[in-house]
Amino acid sequence: MVVEALREQGVDVVFGYPGGAVLPIYDEIFQQNDIRHILVRHEQGAVHMAEGYARSTGKPGVVLVTSGPGATNAVTGLTDALMDSIPLVVLTGQVPTFMIGTDGFQEADTVGITRPCTKHNWLVKDTDKLSEVIHQAFHVATKGRPGPVLIDIPKDVQFATGEYTPMPKAKVTHYQPRVKGDMEAITRMVEMMETAERPLFYTGGGVINSGPAASQLLREFVAATGFPITSTLMGLGAYPASGENWLGMLGMHGLYEANLAMHGCDLMLNIGARFDDRITGRIADFSPNSRKVHVDIDASSLNKVIRADVPILGDVGHVLEDALRLWKARGRKLNKAGLAKWWKQINEWRAVKCLTYKNSATVIKPQYALERLEALTKGMDRYITTEVGQHQMWAAQFLGFEDPNRWMTSGGLGTMGYGLPASIGVQVAHPEALVINVAGEASWLMNMQEMGTAMQFRAPVKQFILNNERLGMVRQWQELLHGERYSQSWSESLPDFVKLAEAFGCKGIQCKDPKDLDDAIMEMIKYDGPVIFDCLVEKHENCFPMIPSGKPHNEMLLGEADTKGAIGSKGAVLV
Amino acid sequence: MSPLNIQSGSTSHSAYDLRDPHAEVIEQHTLAVVVDNESGVLARVIGLFSGRGYNIESLTVAEVDHEGHRSRITIVTRGTPQVIVQIKAQLFRMVPVHEVHDLTVDGPSVQRELALFKVAGKGDHRIEALRLAEIFRANVVDSTLESFVFEMTGTPEKIDAFAELMRPLGLREIARTGVAALSRGA
Repeated sequence: MVVEALREQGVDVVFGYPGGAVLPIYDEIFQQNDIRHILVRHEQGAVHMAEGYARSTGKPGVVLVTSGPGATNAVTGLTDALMDSIPLVVLTGQVPTFMIGTDGFQEADTVGITRPCTKHNWLVKDTDKLSEVIHQAFHVATKGRPGPVLIDIPKDVQFATGEYTPMPKAKVTHYQPRVKGDMEAITRMVEMMETAERPLFYTGGGVINSGPAASQLLREFVAATGFPITSTLMGLGAYPASGENWLGMLGMHGLYEANLAMHGCDLMLNIGARFDDRITGRIADFSPNSRKVHVDIDASSLNKVIRADVPILGDVGHVLEDALRLWKARGRKLNKAGLAKWWKQINEWRAVKCLTYKNSATVIKPQYALERLEALTKGMDRYITTEVGQHQMWAAQFLGFEDPNRWMTSGGLGTMGYGLPASIGVQVAHPEALVINVAGEASWLMNMQEMGTAMQFRAPVKQFILNNERLGMVRQWQELLHGERYSQSWSESLPDFVKLAEAFGCKGIQCKDPKDLDDAIMEMIKYDGPVIFDCLVEKHENCFPMIPSGKPHNEMLLGEADTKGAIGSKGAVLV
Repeated sequence: MSPLNIQSGSTSHSAYDLRDPHAEVIEQHTLAVVVDNESGVLARVIGLFSGRGYNIESLTVAEVDHEGHRSRITIVTRGTPQVIVQIKAQLFRMVPVHEVHDLTVDGPSVQRELALFKVAGKGDHRIEALRLAEIFRANVVDSTLESFVFEMTGTPEKIDAFAELMRPLGLREIARTGVAALSRGA
């Protein structure tokens, strides 16, 4: 029943781990060949793999785990997917219905535990309803703002036979979010675009989630208007990094030109982003002189943090299409003189070259490592995942993304341990592609058991570890905020990553000399199989630019010299 | 009563009433939320309030449409205008939620609460309690030689007022249902 419903939903791969309460479903999986099962090493890994799969394909990722610990181990991944709006369908086993509430072996209140970390969840007590719930679950996970859903299936319900409801006959839930934006509001947006002197596109993950057509429309809109564009961490790739209107990522570790453009613009076009605190800095001083248009498919995102002058509820793709058509029909009007001045200003900001760092002939700087990775993999069929921390921000700054769905990173939740399993999920979906996880050594260790999965399923993922033997971002904050008292932020007793690779049966490469770096990276790319690349980098490098917590966009720190006394006690309480 | 009317791409006529969101005025709103009567739905709604730090002043819930499996949750909440708008949007995006009505904004409404009061006393206190109950149109639903249980329906303010009067007369316990509310008119 479960397998049939998944098959009908077009599922080709399931990430999972068996256990007592899901044995009947595993028995069905054994007896068929349509759906591939990727056996993980830890349930958290399964969920992150499904996230990687979903984000690189646009299709929902499917997870199958057992009751109790199987379900609780999935919680981090569910929360991660909820924060980043990733469609997942997670199936959990449960003790039989007659044992629920008795503290049975491997029993947990899974729907209770996962209620706040799923978009919706179900406990199915009736086999006749099972297939219908599965179809509804796919609908809820993918429609509107995507997110993870969970179906808890007691073991007796799995064993029993019941009536199967085919997908077209399944009762559609009333959950039907609107996708078309209000034309009156779109007209106001276009009117503002026609007269704005200092307009700016600020785009987010919503553009990626809306599908490739939305990215295409965005590109067309930017090219036609000549407006500058910046994006959140989640939205990288919707507009190509090589595009001439691209200002780079904005936010806490965003580019100088992007953040100053946010601060100085007179019209902000927020397309599928959510004014996250990493973006806004101090709310009271956030882009003080701009009118703001906010396009979002989730009504609760509108006016949540920043008040929008024109909130538009709808799918990014539909709204962009309508707005572009309307703008063209009204004669493609623009404030050309204003725009020319605005670009002149932006080019002055660009000339600051905020990503400049002091390179070294003897030590590999992490920025240099990523610059070389970018140069040597440019133009390849490349997917990048990351862990969380300094390396993640450097990757966002120094790697260029030309297309959507090529960049998988834990944005909202900031889950260390995300990147390795996510890279496997991406590789499963794109077996021929080059999939690289840019990692820090500490994050990477959090889910390193999944190298076993990579080996078993021949997923030739490249683990590019920028090893500074520190929790780099924590260390940076301790340096700036806590009087250089580096409490617990170094990585003691690290494994020998090359020997570790050998233990897993894959290839290990260590590199510590900048002169050897290019050859080592090429060796990694060319190797037909998983690689653990231990790149020993400068231990005390800080990630700049940086907007300290509690500061507005125009008070960025560009380098070490700016850091003295930069963060007051008020900023220190923020994260 | 119209459902929370989130126009597609709404602006001025939207659910987001555009009062100054920075004003720190705390308002009290009564929300009526029509939900699927499925297991866990109340926990979902309450979890939203506790998880996001919203207030619940009072809450009532019961099935109102047996065939359609619909329940109606009436929530009295407090917050700044921005928070109230957020609460409505957060409620409306939940999968089992069908309708969200803000009875405070939608127009005039009737709000009623039922309360039971146990008052124990003798002599003059007892007589005075009974006299006040009559004025407040409270019914006696249980009586012993030393106590009464009064039943009263009214606005929360009326119930508060009655409780205040009963306190010196030997009020022992109160049980209140929380507010049920409907908009006025058809």
